[in-house]
Amino acid sequence: MAYIALTTGFVLILIGLYGALTNRNILRMIVAFTVANTGVNLVMVAVGYLHGRTAPILNEAVPVEQAAARIIDPLPQALVLTAIVIGVGVTALMLAYAYRLYETKRTLDISKYTELKW
Amino acid sequence: MIRRLFVILLLLGLGGVFAGLVAGYSPDDALNLTARYYAEHTAQDIGAANIVTAIIVTYRGLDTLGEVTVLFLTAAIVGMVLVQSRRKADAPQRALPPSGELLTTGTRLLVPLILLLGVYVFVNGHLTPGGGFQGGAILASAVLMLLLTDPLLRIGHGLIAAIESTAGLIFVGIGVLGILLAGGFLDNRILPIGDLGNLFSAGAIPIIYSFIGLKVGAEFSSMLANLSETEDL
Repeated sequence: MAYIALTTGFVLILIGLYGALTNRNILRMIVAFTVANTGVNLVMVAVGYLHGRTAPILNEAVPVEQAAARIIDPLPQALVLTAIVIGVGVTALMLAYAYRLYETKRTLDISKYTELKW
Repeated sequence: MIRRLFVILLLLGLGGVFAGLVAGYSPDDALNLTARYYAEHTAQDIGAANIVTAIIVTYRGLDTLGEVTVLFLTAAIVGMVLVQSRRKADAPQRALPPSGELLTTGTRLLVPLILLLGVYVFVNGHLTPGGGFQGGAILASAVLMLLLTDPLLRIGHGLIAAIESTAGLIFVGIGVLGILLAGGFLDNRILPIGDLGNLFSAGAIPIIYSFIGLKVGAEFSSMLANLSETEDL
């Protein structure tokens, strides 16, 4: 189970990087980056998974005394919660910059932006 | 096509590294030291049923303050980058097609329910999977729906800024109260911890998470409003 999630996460990272490196359209590159971001989150959650255990919430299913033996690692989940929120912020920033780039040249094709090319 | 070849070579190398990681990965049988500490001490020390919430709001509360600051900065920069492209008030407006019966009626029906769900999610953040960030995102999705129905709708930036700064100040204020009344910055024991699993438990966590929810919702809403107020091209 953990292996499936781990492999899927790594494959998503590779798909996202491939999309970001081969697409010429800025919006498609942004979407590719969010795919890679999802892959990283999936890998982190998968690393915290322990076989046969349940979510780190103490209720009838997880009595307080047995918590250490019944729950999965809560730390990667807290990290990924942070990572998702920051990912949203990064995506919003990329979209805002993409909009300003479109305003300057009226195109979203990155190969038309040659000012910093050498 | 040399570029495509280079990209594929790079990805093959990276894939090889990842394959090595997967092959060398062996799942743990038991919790590591940090996770074990959280599992064993959360119930007595923090009183929150959701251990992830206890970590985010109390154990690593300072990081969450930083995270909220990053989100605030993002919202501010998005506003700053887009401010010059904002549509002039008297600029001619392209006639937009009506948004349609389904979307209009659906928005009227769903927006109050979505807001209610968002508030439920962040008020119960210490008991159920959920919390301030998720609840705030749900609140902002109601704003997104309003903007989809009427793209010309103007959401008061003054109101959003007021909600956001008040929530942020109260968040920091509760943190400082923790220094004065309890063990340190953002300590949740300024209020009684209560019984595990009740709505009024876990000290200050429900209050802090509710204000985080309001703040995150206001920040996402301001990003959406800024993006929607740009000139139609």
